[in-house]
Amino acid sequence: MNRFLLPLVAVVIMIPIMILGLQSDPSKLPSQYIGKPAPEFSLPTLMDPSKTFSTADLKGQISLVNIWATWCGGCRTEHGFLMELARTNTIPIYAIDWRDKRPEALNFMNQLGNPYVASGFDEDGRVGIDWGAYGAPETFLIDADGIVVYRFTGPLNRALWEQEFVPRIAELQE
Amino acid sequence: MMKRIAVVLSFCLLTMSAFAIDSEKAFDDPALQARYDKLVAEVRCVTCQNQNIKDSNAFIASDLRREIRRMIGEGKSNEEIKDFLVTRYGDFVLYRPRFEGKTLVLWIAPFLLVLFGGIAMVRVVRHRMTMPLDGESNGNGGAQ
Repeated sequence: MNRFLLPLVAVVIMIPIMILGLQSDPSKLPSQYIGKPAPEFSLPTLMDPSKTFSTADLKGQISLVNIWATWCGGCRTEHGFLMELARTNTIPIYAIDWRDKRPEALNFMNQLGNPYVASGFDEDGRVGIDWGAYGAPETFLIDADGIVVYRFTGPLNRALWEQEFVPRIAELQE
Repeated sequence: MMKRIAVVLSFCLLTMSAFAIDSEKAFDDPALQARYDKLVAEVRCVTCQNQNIKDSNAFIASDLRREIRRMIGEGKSNEEIKDFLVTRYGDFVLYRPRFEGKTLVLWIAPFLLVLFGGIAMVRVVRHRMTMPLDGESNGNGGAQ
């Protein structure tokens, strides 16, 4: 009995760790900013380069920051849902247009609609790096104090929104 | 004929350098260039995770190379540059995690495992040495 006890304990400890390891997707990186203030930035907006979108705009309300670009297929996929979300007026959607070309981005907005309160134009990709972006689309949930609450990577849709964002927003509103 | 084939093949080898992603010199100063080469080889490309940013042609890799070039040019130390990357992308971005905090377990665990394995082996061997050899009569017919 005794000589099986130690291996048995070891196996019982290892199995849940291994199951967790199998379930986690190694291609999804955790954001380093969860629970921390959103990174400081200031960008000219896509629609009007004389205006700026900066960290200060994220204070005073719960908001989304969506990192997108015209070269990103997933951004096109989720755009319809973002339009739908913008129409409901539940939450202001801000954006960082990451490493894009202005004429193409404006064309994209004209064709598919503009769901964003403001879209910062990050031409050389510096601000995207400051946000720890590693792919697009990425959607950050920011609380009223400008703290990053959650990051979702990949294209959003209605079901993912209900599952990942709605409960977190409800928690923030309490 | 053989010689001609050999010449053609060796020219093929020469073209290999054309495939290098980041082939142009970043710095004239060889010391800075050496620091740059070492850093880009140690930073993981975050979208193509099994490559370093030196060998990756993903745009995020070229952006991170540009940021590293900029920081070396501004006189930042290797530690400051690694801090910049870890703040944004986590310890994961460094192929050689630093010897501190959360990453300590990565460095120490292998040695602990070897230690536990060694202790277990010594105990098993010691135990077996006290057991009677096969064929010797001690009433229960030898090893279990």
